[in-house]
Amino acid sequence: MTDLLVAAISLSAVFLFGCVGEIITEKGGNLNLGIPGIMCMGAAGGCWCVSLYMNNFNANPVGVLLILFSIFGAVVFAMFAGLIYSFLTTTLKCNQNITGLATTIFGTGFTQFFMTNFADVSHYDAASKIIAAKLSFAEDLGWFGKVFLNYGVLTYIAIAIAICTALFLNRTKHGLHLRAVGENPATADATGINVSLYKYGAILIGSGVAGLGGFFYIMDYIGGSWENAATIEAFGWLSVALVIFTLWRPLFSILGSIIFAMFYIFAFKITGISQVGTKAIELLPYIITIIVLIFTSIFGKKNVQPPASLGLNYFREDR
Amino acid sequence: MAEIKVAREPLFHIVKRPNIPVWKKLLYYAIAIVAALIISAVFCAISSDVGDFGDFFKYLFEGVIGTEMRIWLFFREGMLLLGVALALLPAFKMKFWNLGANGQVVISCLVSYAVMFYFGKEGGSSNATVIVIMIVASISASILWAVIPAIFKAFFNTNETLFTLMMNYIAEGLVLLMIKVWAPSGSGSLDPIPDFGLIDIGNVYLLTITVVAIISVFSYFYLNKSKHGYELSVVGESVNTAKYAGMNVKKIVIRTMVLSGAICGIIGLLLTGNINHSVHSTMHGNMGFTAIIATWLAQFNPLTTIGTCFLITFISRGMNFVKIKFHFYDTSIVNVVIGFTYFFIIACSFFISYKLIFKKKEKKAMPTDFMVDGSQAETVAEKPATKTKSNKKGVKNND
Amino acid sequence: MEKQVAIELKNICKYFPGKVVANKNVNLTLYKGEILSLLGENGSGKTTLMNMISGIYFPDEGHIFINGKEVVIRSPKDAFDYKIGMIHQHFKLVDIFTAAENIVLGIHENKKYNIKEVNSRVREIAERYGFDIDPKKKIYNMSVSEKQTVEIIKVLYRGADILILDEPTAVLTPQEIEKLFAVLRKMREDGKSIIIITHKLNEVMEISDRVSILRKGEYIGTVDTAKTNQKELTEMMVGKKTDLKIERIKTNLDKPLLEIRNLTVYKDDGSNAIDDASFYIRGGEILGVAGIAGCGQKELCEAIAGLRPIKSGLIMHKGENIIGLPPKKIIEKGVSMSFIPEDRLGMGLCPSFSITDNMMLKTYSKGFSPFVDRKSARARAKALIEKLEIITPSSETPVRRLSGGNVQKVLVGREIEAGPNVIITAYPVRGLDINSSYVIYDILNEQKKKGTGILFIGEDLDVMLALCDKIMVICHGKIMGIVHAEKTTKEDLGLMMTGSLNLTEEKKDKIFGIAKDSNLTEEEWQIAEEKAKQNDTENGGND
Repeated sequence: MTDLLVAAISLSAVFLFGCVGEIITEKGGNLNLGIPGIMCMGAAGGCWCVSLYMNNFNANPVGVLLILFSIFGAVVFAMFAGLIYSFLTTTLKCNQNITGLATTIFGTGFTQFFMTNFADVSHYDAASKIIAAKLSFAEDLGWFGKVFLNYGVLTYIAIAIAICTALFLNRTKHGLHLRAVGENPATADATGINVSLYKYGAILIGSGVAGLGGFFYIMDYIGGSWENAATIEAFGWLSVALVIFTLWRPLFSILGSIIFAMFYIFAFKITGISQVGTKAIELLPYIITIIVLIFTSIFGKKNVQPPASLGLNYFREDR
Repeated sequence: MAEIKVAREPLFHIVKRPNIPVWKKLLYYAIAIVAALIISAVFCAISSDVGDFGDFFKYLFEGVIGTEMRIWLFFREGMLLLGVALALLPAFKMKFWNLGANGQVVISCLVSYAVMFYFGKEGGSSNATVIVIMIVASISASILWAVIPAIFKAFFNTNETLFTLMMNYIAEGLVLLMIKVWAPSGSGSLDPIPDFGLIDIGNVYLLTITVVAIISVFSYFYLNKSKHGYELSVVGESVNTAKYAGMNVKKIVIRTMVLSGAICGIIGLLLTGNINHSVHSTMHGNMGFTAIIATWLAQFNPLTTIGTCFLITFISRGMNFVKIKFHFYDTSIVNVVIGFTYFFIIACSFFISYKLIFKKKEKKAMPTDFMVDGSQAETVAEKPATKTKSNKKGVKNND
Repeated sequence: MEKQVAIELKNICKYFPGKVVANKNVNLTLYKGEILSLLGENGSGKTTLMNMISGIYFPDEGHIFINGKEVVIRSPKDAFDYKIGMIHQHFKLVDIFTAAENIVLGIHENKKYNIKEVNSRVREIAERYGFDIDPKKKIYNMSVSEKQTVEIIKVLYRGADILILDEPTAVLTPQEIEKLFAVLRKMREDGKSIIIITHKLNEVMEISDRVSILRKGEYIGTVDTAKTNQKELTEMMVGKKTDLKIERIKTNLDKPLLEIRNLTVYKDDGSNAIDDASFYIRGGEILGVAGIAGCGQKELCEAIAGLRPIKSGLIMHKGENIIGLPPKKIIEKGVSMSFIPEDRLGMGLCPSFSITDNMMLKTYSKGFSPFVDRKSARARAKALIEKLEIITPSSETPVRRLSGGNVQKVLVGREIEAGPNVIITAYPVRGLDINSSYVIYDILNEQKKKGTGILFIGEDLDVMLALCDKIMVICHGKIMGIVHAEKTTKEDLGLMMTGSLNLTEEKKDKIFGIAKDSNLTEEEWQIAEEKAKQNDTENGGND
């Protein structure tokens, strides 16, 4: 059981980054279906920076610098995709669903193309060992160390971002403003809040956070292998679904992401099941998401509803 | 002081266009597409060691119309995409965001294969029997996939966007699962069953083209002329209005999704039963998502949808050829170029529904006149103004 | 004492797409420490003009001066910087936020955000001007007048010196209006300048120092309130003198067409919208329904049309219970309902459909053909356009592109064309100019002559007094009385609307709201009632 939990937590950051990124975006009233593509872009950016760094400092890489540099790369690439999305939806007021899907198609395509043509994967193994490094003594601290201290730095960053997001949304003026933009942009506008600025900010920061999810998956969870990159898109869709599961609350999403991760790894962790059974268990996260969707739609109350203007663009002179 | 004021005036503001002539709309789209292709060409030329800017366009066209077979393939693929788009149209007109066409197509492929496998290959039934069972079973499966989210939408207003999206992954997962059942030791792919399936007419392309052509004609009349089509557009406009008019909204939502699923089912049936005789989890070729964009670009009009579907097919088929000629390793470049094109066309939609109004220079000068004359507005009326326009204003100020 | 100019507008013009002139060459001056009324009919451009001062719209032409200096107001934030605050007619509040959160929204201070401090500052302002407010209450739990209070405090909190109130009294009871006016006077004493938009003359006379009048987007003039009277203001507002007399036709009253007994209907939130109401409508009469906005009018309409499940009670159409029937069956029985919501297009019309397509909304399903009959619908649309003088390029123009009055003509015209025997119409003249309103009144009178029973839910008491035969007044879902329009006064109606007067228990010997010549005997009523109760228990509640 502990093993299962540990395995789940070590995967959960993929969902957590994606989910918190999407929550920030959705709180500003934008349903960003481009998150899967943006997570891919984050993976590409991060990995590219890893290549750059490792090629130059292969002999004696400094862990902190490598991590900071690659995080920077992941965030910049993800934000670039987010910028396209936010320009089209916020400035040009294009349909959010369509723009999001286009972003995903572009993001996944671009990532694959970019990585096969420009990235040097030769040092990914070594880099991954640095990025995913755990505290060496964690295993010795009994179950506590095993469950809580047993992960790479990115997992803790994910949790920290989730907590900060919760504080930001509920305790700060800018958080209040952002929520107002997502609930009722006309009201926010009338009170002098720059709606476009907040939307841009939320989408860009949300994209940057989500992008780290893709980067985490490649460099931490699967240890620097680029083969399974296509899975990121599926993780992205699950992250979008997770937002609903967590009722738009960043703190819930820490728990939610662990639960989703647990469903996902269940199949690999339980021995003695046929291959067919494995495949069946892999369907679980999707089925659970649907069940949650149905439950929230039947029993959902006012305080667990999505932001009121989610998916709608704002045009001041609309009448 | 005056300069600051002038600078503070916004350069332009955005207003909604009441209407735009068709030729202008087409021109805008044409500009967007050409711009996207030029950027793609530059992008590809820079990224590739072997091709240059001009080659890009040469290969793009060659890939689509270079040989007779390519033309046939272009038409068949375009028609398949059109079929999926036509499946989505009624749902979207009803404002039901069916993102699940991928799953609806793939589940139909899966069931078609299952019928060919169990009744044909293992059961020894005649091909005629297999065909009949396959048609009924695959279309039913696809309908089921579409109607489950519809039922929850109708009764509990469950968010259909994510529901249908999840159904995609369940369908794909089921295909992977069944592959393990049918080929336990295989490499994850299935052997085709060429002996069974739908019978070709003329050549291997014509059956698909004919079937989708029939669906197109049907869709046109269904959406524009029939009572059902009328009902679903009312629901799409406003659920309250539909109820007010005495329509049974739940029934309409479910019925429309049955139709949507059925058309996806036919496409899946063609893919497995006629074209591939096999199944894999990505047999939908992401047409479900592509078709969403195609129908939206066509503004949910069945006739324009034909155009957008063939345009997208043109780019993707052409790019597949460019990819080979430019020595790119995998298909991702196709998605990059298609992504570029989408972005440009989506951005273009802004200029079709809105326009920018720039402040005219003459008006900008006005405040300066006032400022020179003195900051109190009353003085303007006394002093003869230089421009007739401000003179008029001065007179009116007197009352 | 010389009066100082607070704000001055010169030659302001604003056009909307489709060549709609909202404001043309408008001039306006507001002095410090005065209350200025902005008077005009619906659609005369008052709100548009004020939106340009508060930064919602940007003027196409013209100049704005504040304290004598020309300014450019690009956004609401600019307006705040010039200490201008607007209280919109439709409240701009975030529903899931508390009052204090809404008030502090959008203020950029360097101080750290501390909601407790905001709460106490809100209380302080409330005390100074005599408001009653709980800063921690969520907006979705608030009454209309509480929401308005939040809006006003929001503006004061920002230190606004110029306050613009857009029809603040439309949604308030007379008592609440008095309270509001007291607050406004206090603010005036405090040196604030106030513009109040209204089209109620008595309020103009009561509260304002001066009155500026707009008509069809154009500036007509400004007068001192003390030196004018209601008649002069009306003339300026309406332009040419129009005979305000609405004809009330005498008809032979038929038997009751629609009888409603003990009807209880819930609102969406589960509270009572209509509470134990009994009344009836005869053929050939117009029964008016008066009440403050949101007093159950919408729910009543929906219940009769079969769109809203009822809690208890009976609705008999020609002696047949129509409760539980699908809306389609009720339409087929000849009950027509048209409700003009605030946005005008919400119910009854499809905005992007053509007039033709909208014509067949209720009739499309006739016949066995799987196809819709657009040809006859087009003919009917053309006939309607001609008869009601609907201004439109063609019968194929989307109704979204028509002006408000023409949209309503399409809706009301379609309903009447179907030949109903009961017409339920709510706010049919909402936002219409006077001429269009008269077209609608004529249509209703014509129907009345034909023996149709009409339930007219209205806003303007004067119109109802002139047009209706009887007026039913509801207050928070309860019927306060049904009176003959000829025998009652506006004051009585006002008292009943606010719940101060209840006529239902006056005549002890007669049960209220029950027709003597009912289509059913008392015995039959009882049977129907029991049947309804039985159905109720069988279905486990009629939800």
